[in-house]
Amino acid sequence: MLKIIAGLVCFLIILFSPVGYNIITGRTYYVPMLKVPQGDCVESTVYMRKRHMEVLERWRNAYVRDGIKRYISINGIYRIGLTGTCLKCHSNKAEFCDRCHDYGGIKPKCWDCHHIPEVKAEK
Amino acid sequence: MKIILPFFAVSGIAAVIYIGVKVYNLQLVFGIILPYLCFILALVGFIARIIRWAASPVPFHIPTVCGQQRSLPWIRSSKIDSPVTGLGVLFRVLGEVLFFRSLFRNDRANLYGEQKRIIYSSDKLLWVGALLFHWFLLVIILRHLRLFLEPVPSWIISLQGLDGIFETTMPGVYISNVFISLSILYLLFRRFRSRIRYISLPADYFILFLLGGIILSGILMRHIYRIDILDAKAFIMGLIYLKPMVHEGLGAMFYVHLGLVSILTLYIPHSKLMHMAGVFLSPTRNLKNNSRMKRHINPWDYPVKVHTYEEWEDEFKDALKEAGIPLDR
Amino acid sequence: MEKPDELKKDIDLIPKKEDWMDPEVEFKKGRYCYGAPLKHQQYLELPNPREWQPSDIDWRLPENWKEIILNGMADLLKKNRSFRLFMDICVRCGACADKCHFFLGSGDPKNMPVLRAELLRSVYRRYFTLQGRLFGRLAGARELTIDVLKEWFYYFYQCTECRRCSVYCPYGIDTCEITMIGRELLNLVGCNIQWVVEPASNCFRTGNHLGVPPHAFKETFDFAIDEIKDLTGIKVEAPINRKGAEVLFVAPSADYFASPHWFTFLGYLMLFHEIGLDYTWSVYASEGGNFGLFHSMELAKRLNAKIYAEAKRLKVKWILGGECGHMWRTIHQYMDTFNGPADFLEVPVSPITGTRFDNAKSTKMVHITEFTADLIYNNMLNLDKTRNDKWRVTFHDSCNPARSIGLFEEPRFIIKNTCNHFFEMPENTIKEMTFCCGSGAGLGADENLEMRLRGGLPRANAVDYVRKRYGVNMLACMCAIDKAALPALLEYWVPGVEVCGVHELVGNALVMKGEKQRDTNLRGEPIMAEEKG
Repeated sequence: MLKIIAGLVCFLIILFSPVGYNIITGRTYYVPMLKVPQGDCVESTVYMRKRHMEVLERWRNAYVRDGIKRYISINGIYRIGLTGTCLKCHSNKAEFCDRCHDYGGIKPKCWDCHHIPEVKAEK
Repeated sequence: MKIILPFFAVSGIAAVIYIGVKVYNLQLVFGIILPYLCFILALVGFIARIIRWAASPVPFHIPTVCGQQRSLPWIRSSKIDSPVTGLGVLFRVLGEVLFFRSLFRNDRANLYGEQKRIIYSSDKLLWVGALLFHWFLLVIILRHLRLFLEPVPSWIISLQGLDGIFETTMPGVYISNVFISLSILYLLFRRFRSRIRYISLPADYFILFLLGGIILSGILMRHIYRIDILDAKAFIMGLIYLKPMVHEGLGAMFYVHLGLVSILTLYIPHSKLMHMAGVFLSPTRNLKNNSRMKRHINPWDYPVKVHTYEEWEDEFKDALKEAGIPLDR
Repeated sequence: MEKPDELKKDIDLIPKKEDWMDPEVEFKKGRYCYGAPLKHQQYLELPNPREWQPSDIDWRLPENWKEIILNGMADLLKKNRSFRLFMDICVRCGACADKCHFFLGSGDPKNMPVLRAELLRSVYRRYFTLQGRLFGRLAGARELTIDVLKEWFYYFYQCTECRRCSVYCPYGIDTCEITMIGRELLNLVGCNIQWVVEPASNCFRTGNHLGVPPHAFKETFDFAIDEIKDLTGIKVEAPINRKGAEVLFVAPSADYFASPHWFTFLGYLMLFHEIGLDYTWSVYASEGGNFGLFHSMELAKRLNAKIYAEAKRLKVKWILGGECGHMWRTIHQYMDTFNGPADFLEVPVSPITGTRFDNAKSTKMVHITEFTADLIYNNMLNLDKTRNDKWRVTFHDSCNPARSIGLFEEPRFIIKNTCNHFFEMPENTIKEMTFCCGSGAGLGADENLEMRLRGGLPRANAVDYVRKRYGVNMLACMCAIDKAALPALLEYWVPGVEVCGVHELVGNALVMKGEKQRDTNLRGEPIMAEEKG
């Protein structure tokens, strides 16, 4: 009986451990906030939130494999390129990319090849 | 009938949630009330079930011994299949829990020819299927922890990276998703075969369809009906810390997934899924084979009517005398 | 009886029906055991005593039988975790299905262990679970009706409690427990069988399962002593009810009366004489086998009580037990709990070798093969293996010594030291995976012969394999029910293979001090095989 209760308590501790974990780290209600740069992105903000990874993958394939250098969208015509285009506005990896990726536990492969841009001093 | 009905039950639940969210905007009902309700009921039910098991004693010492006992010092005894130490029992139970050792013994008996000779062949397919299903279920549950933990521990990210190592598509296909889908299909289709079909109940199909629905909605959500993962995490954290909020970036598929998981949770304490806890308590597996070394106590033992020697001697006095067998009185 | 080939012809391991939920049972001659006679029900004071037969349409149950059964279930659920757990956690994976000898021999799908349990489980669901009450048949729940009860009776007396399925179950669900509970429930309304209740009643009254009175019991001993004298020229002693002996020896009572048990009995007597063991037999506790175990825990305890009581009365130091199956399940897993603690006894020490049997330090009862293996290992016996050269021997692990004790190597060690030709049956039919003889747990009745032959088919099939491959002509075993059931079974399925006990082989090989030249073995047959052609 005692062993079973102990086992049950162990199970409950494991079950509820995420609750305690976040309390210990003090990030229970943490939600990442982004500084969204002024002006339009290549697609709408809502679209980019859900599907930027697909856009980036398409860009990579288009540029590297097919040699396509232009991307036409409703917002205009853009030169395909992470460093040249995206990072021009979203220049701070730590504040823009990492915040959400860390929150969602995502590790994109972009930086396997691309340079991490230098952070310009905050104004 | 016993297959179709559970299928429609699961599809019905999924459809109600989908339409409810999509058409009637019932995010509050299916995203917040249902999960809370199911979780609380399941937790109470789960604990109650275990307490009820624990409340019944194990009156007799009944391990199923599967190896040589420890007797004479020069005979090699089996430490795990006939355990006499706590460690042996621990390994035996862990062997069952982690590797399904007993299922690994499985063979298949076939009757051959006119003579109907019984020939045994190895049958490890069920073992493989069950093992794949359970292990990849664990991987998937651990992967989901990224939505429950902040900051996300690095081992979860590594596990996720390993699981998604084949990046054939964007987003990448998880190995676990592939194998759990295959194994659930195997577990389902084997129930269609005659002998297993005969012993299967609607409940056995229901759980497979329910798990199938959860897996399918999860995969759809990842690859087709994409949701905003940040909103999902914020939503879940809100649920955990009792500040539930409806988020915009979550499509109907998310609610279907969540709703089916809630139903599954609710279903656990009332179903065969309790094997997850019961396997630890099975008296044929978790007792030592030491019943002649240490007395096992039966808590409800009571005195019974016996035929005492005195009564017996009185009854057979003459016969005993005749045979020259010594008497007490 | 039909010819073997005809009996096998209709076995089909694929069920013809979709479903098992509608109870149906036909009491076909040869496939069920007779009901217990009134006299013996009354002697044991069992509930609802009456003359009855399972084939009767009206079973003359008490008016509130349903209430009695359901209350009994509630009570047993409270008393046995195994029952509650095994009702709740089966996932119907089907791994146990083709592990049952009765299923393999009959093809009756309700003999699949999972189904046997479902017969009880369906009623449990209906009356003891929420989903069963709410969804009824959809949740696999069934009303308790008279047909369901009859089905219980039919199938719980078609299980020999051999526990083979439990070895393969991923959760260790033990059909033996289910069957025991089922029989316990049936007993509450007076449904039990002759071949359980009558021997139990006899054991309770006289001490042996045939109800033989003490003077006739003594005569069989005298007869055995004479037989040994004729064979070896030595007069052995067989003290009965002797106070102050060091060891009490308890065997299954079939050993004194039945054949081929008899030769094992001779083997014991010769061995104990040769080593000069200070021991005694008992008439009062002459039955180690426990027919109560096939009936209810209470009756098992009532019968088992005699052994410790007698050990105490005779002031022995420890107890030695003979070759028997369910006897050893009772002694190994139940006796200490039932009737212990045996604090009036000492931890068994072999007076010949000085070996302390620590594995029996609480129960204080040692299995004869443990004892003899120790003697042989310490070179205490002069054995002439060639006297068993006539036999090409295989060993049948009896269910209970195998799966409740793990007694695998001791008997094999003895056989290998008493015989020159020993061959194992296929791996998945021996040791913990051994197949039952098909007649255990009280099913060894003559009227049940067809079912017994069917149940014994997998065992016979394995014997047939070693007979064809190695020319095996002798099956050694150490269970009284085996010795009673297997000769007929093998004669039917595998003619040409005989059955013996391990200690018959010992008796044959044992070179006794001062013995005369032996011309025959214990069976009175020439020692050497006749030269062929």
